Amino acid sequence: MRKAGWGLKTAAALTLLFLHIPILFVFLYAFTTDEASFRFPPPGYTTEWFSLAFSRTDIRAAVSLSLRVALVATMVALVLGTLVAAAVWRTRFFGRNALSLFIILPIALPGIITGIALRSAINLADLSFSFWTLVVGHATFCVAITYNNVIARMRRTSPNILEASMDLGARGWQTFRHVLFPQLAPAMLVGGMLAFALSFDEIIVTTFTAGNQQTLPIWIFSSLVRPRNRPVTNVVAVFVVLITLVPIILAQRYSRRSDEA
Amino acid sequence: MTDLSSKPPGHNRWATFLYGRPRVRLALLLAIPVVWLVGVYGGSLASLLVQSFYRLNPFSGTLERVFSFDTWAAVFTDANVAVMIRTVTMAAAVTAASVVIAFPLAYYMARYATSRMKALLVLAVLVPLWSSYLVRVYSWKLILAADGIINWFVERIGADAVLQALLDAPGIGGPSLSISIFGQFVVFTYIWLPYMVLPIHASLERVPRSLLEASADLGAQPATTFRKVTWPMAIPGVAAGSIFTFSLTLGDYIIPTIIGDSSPFIGLAIYTQQGVAGNLPLAAAFSFVPIAVMTVYLTVARRFGAFEAL
Repeated sequence: MRKAGWGLKTAAALTLLFLHIPILFVFLYAFTTDEASFRFPPPGYTTEWFSLAFSRTDIRAAVSLSLRVALVATMVALVLGTLVAAAVWRTRFFGRNALSLFIILPIALPGIITGIALRSAINLADLSFSFWTLVVGHATFCVAITYNNVIARMRRTSPNILEASMDLGARGWQTFRHVLFPQLAPAMLVGGMLAFALSFDEIIVTTFTAGNQQTLPIWIFSSLVRPRNRPVTNVVAVFVVLITLVPIILAQRYSRRSDEA
Repeated sequence: MTDLSSKPPGHNRWATFLYGRPRVRLALLLAIPVVWLVGVYGGSLASLLVQSFYRLNPFSGTLERVFSFDTWAAVFTDANVAVMIRTVTMAAAVTAASVVIAFPLAYYMARYATSRMKALLVLAVLVPLWSSYLVRVYSWKLILAADGIINWFVERIGADAVLQALLDAPGIGGPSLSISIFGQFVVFTYIWLPYMVLPIHASLERVPRSLLEASADLGAQPATTFRKVTWPMAIPGVAAGSIFTFSLTLGDYIIPTIIGDSSPFIGLAIYTQQGVAGNLPLAAAFSFVPIAVMTVYLTVARRFGAFEAL
């Protein structure tokens, strides 16, 4: 195989740097002693903003709300995505294509469309904003991810194992518990982790379904628009990066391992 | 251990019943998801259409739930058309820049990287695609700030004049990089770039090595092989990636809020109408603009094989 030329290597490396260098500045600025500006290089370094951020009750409440929404939305998306995947798996039925379109639509359309549509429905139905309007919004775009992961796994699973299980006398529940579920579990785990990461820092659909509740991204956004407590914002940003990074890296490693197995 | 065979034959009634009746099984599986996706989500999209034919009372500013074309007429004012043109131009520029920047990386990944390296590079592209969208936008606020790293660096290398010329340029400049259209363009490109790398990579992976060797054997220079073999086969990937970069730029309102001179984009206009202005019908009607643009875009992208490369 021919070696890559230095021109190509440089260009590829520059693209990689462009993708990853900027986020490092958020980490750097979380330690700056400068409270009012974005001065570079920072005049000094401190870790005091971290303890300050952790002691703030508004931040804690926002973290807690974001975690709860992400967890519940992920669960709902896993159930819905798996049900649809099971229905689509080796069955042809009227409206099958329309259904898969409806699953993809919430992430294929710009987020603002999904957001404003849900906002408009909430308005027309005279509902009030709550934890559950957030969950409905998040679960709707998370279904696409859980569905895609589970259906990909199902396509590689032979439906004969279900018949074999039942022929050997297993009940429906036993077949699910001991045969189908172990097959799907890795895909559900990967889909769930990605959905969680996506939900945790989602802002657009969130804004339209939150009313005056503050999720963590909404907290960050509002402190960016009206600059206040800038150093604390940097710390929170670092926190968001770390918490979404973990499930993505795990999901990627795990899906590679189960592909190779 | 329980001896299953000693159970009466009826124990598997449910499973057997369902096994013989795929329609019933299907109905049970799909009942909740269909209510959710078609009922709640589809219903919401339909409510958007209904909402767009309501209007605000011009005097009291209260929502009037009566059928009217007033709101739709308000969408196509000169000012709003200018917003649409600005947004579509930005989306096109971002898409073009993404192709240029993404291509070398995707090409390297597909042709030269070892399988270990490739896995690492895919992860390096996936992480920014999945994570911390808002924080990644914010990071540029730090970088582009008047006292930030770019200005510091530009001063060090004595290129102040170049930067000043860029900021003075009509149409793309501004008082500082973080409040300029150019800065906005850089951030849009940075944010959506991963969506371009992956489809191009996937389509280049499908170019058989033998095809490239055949081209070389027949006497083509590397540049000719690229132009006549590699690039045509990468087009579906480019088209697929461009769907994302185009659509995401079209609907975004976070980037124009944080970076740039706060001149409105389609997304920002929708956001402001529903929030600050409290005009939900106008926001609803306006949101059909990106839907219409994307419908046209998808039709064109499909011709280039984008759907096979998604």
